[in-house]
Amino acid sequence: MGTYVLRRLLQMIPVFLGATFLIFYLVLGMPGDPLATMCGERGCDPATAVALRAQFHIGQPLYIQYFEYMKGILTLDFGETFSRRPVLEVMSEAWPITIRLATLAFIIEIFIGVPLGLVAGLRRGKFFDSSVLLGTLMIISIPIFVIGFLMQYFLGIKLGWFRPTVSGEAPWNELMLPAIVLGMASLAYIMRLTRTSVVENIHADYVRTAVAKGLPHRRVVTVHLLRNSLIPVVTYLGADIGALMGGAIVTERIFNIHGVGGLLYQAINRGEAPTIVSIVVILVIVYLVFNLLVDLLYAVLDPRIRYA
Amino acid sequence: MPEPSSKTVMPAQDASTAALTLGASSEPQSLGKPRSLWSDAWHDLRRNPTFVISALLILLLILVAVFPSLFTSINPQRCDLLMGNDGRTPGHPFGFDRQGCDVYSRVIYGARASVTVGVLVTSGVVLIGGLIGAIAGFYGGAWDSLLSRITDVFFAIPILLFAIVFLSSFALRSIWTVVAAIMLVGWPSVARIMRASVISVKESDFVTAARALGASDMRILRRHILPNAIAPVIVVATILLGVFIVLEATLSYLGIGLPGSTVSWGGDINDAQASLRTAPHVLLYPSVALSITVLAFMLLGDAVRDALDPKLR
Repeated sequence: MGTYVLRRLLQMIPVFLGATFLIFYLVLGMPGDPLATMCGERGCDPATAVALRAQFHIGQPLYIQYFEYMKGILTLDFGETFSRRPVLEVMSEAWPITIRLATLAFIIEIFIGVPLGLVAGLRRGKFFDSSVLLGTLMIISIPIFVIGFLMQYFLGIKLGWFRPTVSGEAPWNELMLPAIVLGMASLAYIMRLTRTSVVENIHADYVRTAVAKGLPHRRVVTVHLLRNSLIPVVTYLGADIGALMGGAIVTERIFNIHGVGGLLYQAINRGEAPTIVSIVVILVIVYLVFNLLVDLLYAVLDPRIRYA
Repeated sequence: MPEPSSKTVMPAQDASTAALTLGASSEPQSLGKPRSLWSDAWHDLRRNPTFVISALLILLLILVAVFPSLFTSINPQRCDLLMGNDGRTPGHPFGFDRQGCDVYSRVIYGARASVTVGVLVTSGVVLIGGLIGAIAGFYGGAWDSLLSRITDVFFAIPILLFAIVFLSSFALRSIWTVVAAIMLVGWPSVARIMRASVISVKESDFVTAARALGASDMRILRRHILPNAIAPVIVVATILLGVFIVLEATLSYLGIGLPGSTVSWGGDINDAQASLRTAPHVLLYPSVALSITVLAFMLLGDAVRDALDPKLR
């Protein structure tokens, strides 16, 4: 187990370096003067320009710029925004909000998606199953921003069940509606995955054995069938963290939430390189750690999987 | 070809009996000419209502995209500010948007952008991702390690974020930058599927036989492996086409995709959100058109998967 985790951590290093360098290149390394892109049409004031040149070692080869910047991040120096605030400070205001939003979305996905998928799988070919299949396909087909507007309009404005926009502090209860919107597409995928996986496993030997042993139906379904069927679902959840963060850009824009998605979108529009690269660095780390956790979770779900 | 036997087609509603009789499934072939995977799939598809409906929808969509003037005589770019956000009037069934343009004609003309981007990106992604996946799967070893690590790098960055950062590094936006951006983020999924599929086919006896007969790598790959490994890629490509259309609309909605001069559903939805409270109809129609388009491709992908891989039903 220990060596497995160590090996996986070592494998993460090239992926981490590659992904962050790619973004770094797109933001700073494209042909032309990066300052022109960063400062837009109006141009930076000279003080900012000097600071940016120093901060990114502009004029030196790109790999040195990258190396210097990453060295700074190791000491939690993420650079400064155009308004001379440390990026770390700006991010520490935005991250808690997005973490709350993503956690809520995750909870909704798991606690609604898995049970409904399980029931659909158990009743394969019946009415409930067909409606789940069709309903999820429709949800998947509707873009997240359309779902967002529809819910904002009907649940927020027409019915008044939720606040249509979120206030600055973004407490849990106000994030409920955005979280439903954010988690909607993944919820549909999780339902489908659980259903397919349950259908595949329902005739497995271990399920037959459990039934033959005389175990109560509930125990066969939850402990034997469901637990083994969760592996593709957990895999999906690991990859989903990236999709949630992408979706946060859209959801936070619709509901006017001041989280990481909104911050990132602003930063990209302004060409604020330090903020973009910092957020991407953290996102990539989160993604990689999550996927390692998912792999470790396999062993918990399926006792046949062992990590030497 | 007359249908030699209906028995070769497994009844759709009961895959469990199909699994039980799997051993006997080769038997009815003696009754007639054995069907290939493709003609068998086509045989299944023609009888699948989901396929028929989605295929008809897609044909209609393509017709709208190629000849929009068949469906409306109103110019989507000619607008009358006095009519801004007005509801329906005779001749204008969907009403007017904020600029006073006819919403119906904008919905009709918007199809072209979505279809063009979807088709171009999907073809490109299948070519690039398919090639990379096939090389990684077929040659294995160092090639596989290198290409798979590159794929991992691309997977580690959220798709939408990646596309936005890429697009923001261009000063001028056109349909080509959008296509390039979506292709850049889209190829890894195809490459992964292709790689897995090629690896599983590579071990088949007919590949060993071809190799024993002295066939070159290129010939084995082209004549033996690709035709047998392409099915999962086709399924994924159909579904991805829908996903790419959503991605294009999302980018246009964020104001970073297609240029404002191009009529597109995503761009129109973006413009309509400002008046969501007063004129929800302006947002509704392009949204519905977009969703139906994507749904058609998703349904098609589902039907094609069922036909090509009966186990998954």
